Amino acid sequence: MLVQILFYVFAVVLVASALGVIVARNPVHSALALVLCFVTSACIWLLIGAEFLALVLVLVYVGAVMVLFLFVVMMLDINIEELRRGFTRFAWLGWITAGAVIAEITAVVLAKSFGVVVSQGPGAEPVTYSNTTELGSVLYTQFAYPFELAAMILLVAIVAAIVLTMRRRPGYKAQDVRRQVAVRARDRIRIVKMPAESTAASEAPATQSASTSGPAAPGGAP
Amino acid sequence: MISLAQLLTLSGVVFALAVAGVFLNRKNLILLLMCVELLLLAANFNFIAFSRYLGDIRGQIFVFFVLTVAAAESAIGLAILVVLFRERRSINVEDLNEMKG
Repeated sequence: MLVQILFYVFAVVLVASALGVIVARNPVHSALALVLCFVTSACIWLLIGAEFLALVLVLVYVGAVMVLFLFVVMMLDINIEELRRGFTRFAWLGWITAGAVIAEITAVVLAKSFGVVVSQGPGAEPVTYSNTTELGSVLYTQFAYPFELAAMILLVAIVAAIVLTMRRRPGYKAQDVRRQVAVRARDRIRIVKMPAESTAASEAPATQSASTSGPAAPGGAP
Repeated sequence: MISLAQLLTLSGVVFALAVAGVFLNRKNLILLLMCVELLLLAANFNFIAFSRYLGDIRGQIFVFFVLTVAAAESAIGLAILVVLFRERRSINVEDLNEMKG
């Protein structure tokens, strides 16, 4: 009985917040309503015993995806009035489609029982039942290959998102390690061999002083 | 206990609202992405309900994959949206008509 009451409370909140997502004037309000949608759905999933996925929904969606949405909505300087213009022009089409979808799904659901004994339900699980253990035991054996593919998809998404949004700014100053390593000494300095210039009279003292002062100068006399 | 019909009807209502949202907000690209997220959420509801009531854990595995792909989709979608906004200063769908024949 308590489960039923909770289910109806969460269902009402879920439908109301879904309505909020699609009719809110401000995209930030839409995103926040969508967060409420996800949290409420996670609660309903907990009620029907899908604990792991409920927590994953909260962590991944509320924690990561919706934060990304909010970040983008707030970062872009969007002209809301321009986007709102003509909002009601196709509204009737939207509501008719929504009504048709609801009517169809309800008709099918009420007519068919999908081979499930509706009055019974799945029944309570034993105390030692762990949804996470159950999922893991299937995910890492039977679905190991799709699991790795999913990891691959996430990697591709990371690379794609970074590559798409990366750009070169004109005044950008940074070290280019590849060019630094590729530098060779003979590209930078050129050693020219030339005869020493000297007058015949002071030849011996001049070379003497040059050889002593030459190494001392770069070394930095105190 | 919650019956299967209640869950399926709830997911149907959420799905229908998301479809209506696609029609209502057909100019705003960010809201279209949010409506797609809502559609996927309604689909996941069905997977979990049937997984639970038919006693088959594989439905929940499928929800796991749907969540993964949806996260990747929204990340790439938002990246494309940011690039688009940088190019044209607008995310209005009606401005994206240069491939119109």
